[in-house]
Amino acid sequence: MTASIDDSPVQIAPKYRLGRWTRPALGLLLPLALAVFWELAVRFGLSNGRLVPPPSVIFTTFSDLWQTGELQAHAITTLWRVAAGFACGVAAGTVLGALAGYSGLLHRLVDPTLQALRSIPSIAWVPLFILWFGIFEASKIILIAVGVFFPVYLGVMGAVISVDRKIVEVGRVFRLSAFGMIRRILLPAVLPAYVIALRAGLGLGWMFVVAAEFLGASQGLGFLLVDGQQLGKPAQIVAAIVAFAILGKLTDWLIVAATTPLLRWQDVYGAAHQDS
Amino acid sequence: MLDINHVGKTYPNGVRALDGVSLTVNLGEIVVVVGGSGCGKSTLLRLVCGLDAPTDGSIRLDGTLISAPHERIGIVFQEPRLLPWLSVARNVGFGLEDRPRPERTSRVAAQLARVGLSDKARVWPRELSGGQAQRVALSRALVTRPEVLLLDEPFSALDAFTRVDLQDHLLDLWADQRPTLLVVTHDVDEAIVLADRILVMRARPGRVQEEIVIDLPRPRDRQSAAFDFAKRRVLNALDHSLDRRARAGDAETVLDEGAARWW
Repeated sequence: MTASIDDSPVQIAPKYRLGRWTRPALGLLLPLALAVFWELAVRFGLSNGRLVPPPSVIFTTFSDLWQTGELQAHAITTLWRVAAGFACGVAAGTVLGALAGYSGLLHRLVDPTLQALRSIPSIAWVPLFILWFGIFEASKIILIAVGVFFPVYLGVMGAVISVDRKIVEVGRVFRLSAFGMIRRILLPAVLPAYVIALRAGLGLGWMFVVAAEFLGASQGLGFLLVDGQQLGKPAQIVAAIVAFAILGKLTDWLIVAATTPLLRWQDVYGAAHQDS
Repeated sequence: MLDINHVGKTYPNGVRALDGVSLTVNLGEIVVVVGGSGCGKSTLLRLVCGLDAPTDGSIRLDGTLISAPHERIGIVFQEPRLLPWLSVARNVGFGLEDRPRPERTSRVAAQLARVGLSDKARVWPRELSGGQAQRVALSRALVTRPEVLLLDEPFSALDAFTRVDLQDHLLDLWADQRPTLLVVTHDVDEAIVLADRILVMRARPGRVQEEIVIDLPRPRDRQSAAFDFAKRRVLNALDHSLDRRARAGDAETVLDEGAARWW
């Protein structure tokens, strides 16, 4: 009997407990109310809706772009840039972060330079990257990779440094090699922080792809934004923004979904409200 | 045979934690180290298990100099220190990674059965109670069949009932393979239940003040007069080891604790 009580997940005080569907629905309340309000405001002529198109116009633009296949083409271009830049940034950030966290010598050698570079707003690199790598894909992907690199590097380095000494000692007592120590102790220990670093990196990747596509792109959601501005089509801009939001949330969710099974062991406060 | 020969340890901050500690422990013997806080008893264990290196003197196991963790020396810390991302069974098997899987599985299963935790093999460490977690830690150290097992205040974080339980359990496990046990504790009852010999240490610098042989037959009755007598001897020695610190003016609480137990 007691076991069944212990096994049940941590429960929030009963009066705050909402149904399975009411809880997510609560979060939708505010945006939906605003959308309905604006739609009605335009319908009743309180605003002409030219600069701030009502939801129905945005939806029509979105579905038009979708039906012509334009939206998908732009989205795929952007997605590919983010994926390539993210992969490069994560690879470099993970390796350098792990090394700088593991070895005191490497930390002293590498970290000051990287911290100095980190304080440069990454957009400031754009002119240089264009000179170096041209205005086509390479410079864009590198810019994204730079944006992704720093949060990942910082996250991994910080996490490795702060791995509990007591756990590391367990590895030492069992005479793990350097490789074994990394594989069996350090990597699993930093995994929760690593996931957060990846998500932060991905967020910046999406930010930087817009910046990259503002500079002379003829494809991509960022191009759709610029195009909408130049041709005075606010609905297209908002449609592109919506597409960014969907893709950003979707890719973030992918990271979470892929790593959740690896993190079930965690004994954390967050376990109680992960589903909210 | 574990041979600790004039071992001293000075930490980088200049603290002299141990000074000229010598001790020979025979195979299968249980030696318990007691002393006030800061007397270097935990430092001694860290040196023996090779986590830290002594500043002077040497530690040898059957003639082999111990300067790094050694496969025949295991340790159980004050906290279970289980790896939270491994199931209980994989925690126990942590030191058997180089063995073939069937051997690993069967040894882990046998060990878990031995400590009565077979049903917990698949759960995460976070789901264990304190006593269960410490039994898993004990299993992880024992499953590799070390010749010497070091225990650093292994039961001090547990409640009184669980502690007594685990002391008996430890003796039970010890009887299986009869490894050498070197136990650090500040619980005098625990020391007397476990020990063949008790070393009372004194602080600043940490050194052995007195050695008390406990030759009561096992299992030992915690209520018996002989037990009480032994306890009085140890407490007396402890008070002796502490009074100099008390006169130094900063260990009155420790002295009070000893005195309270004494009366």
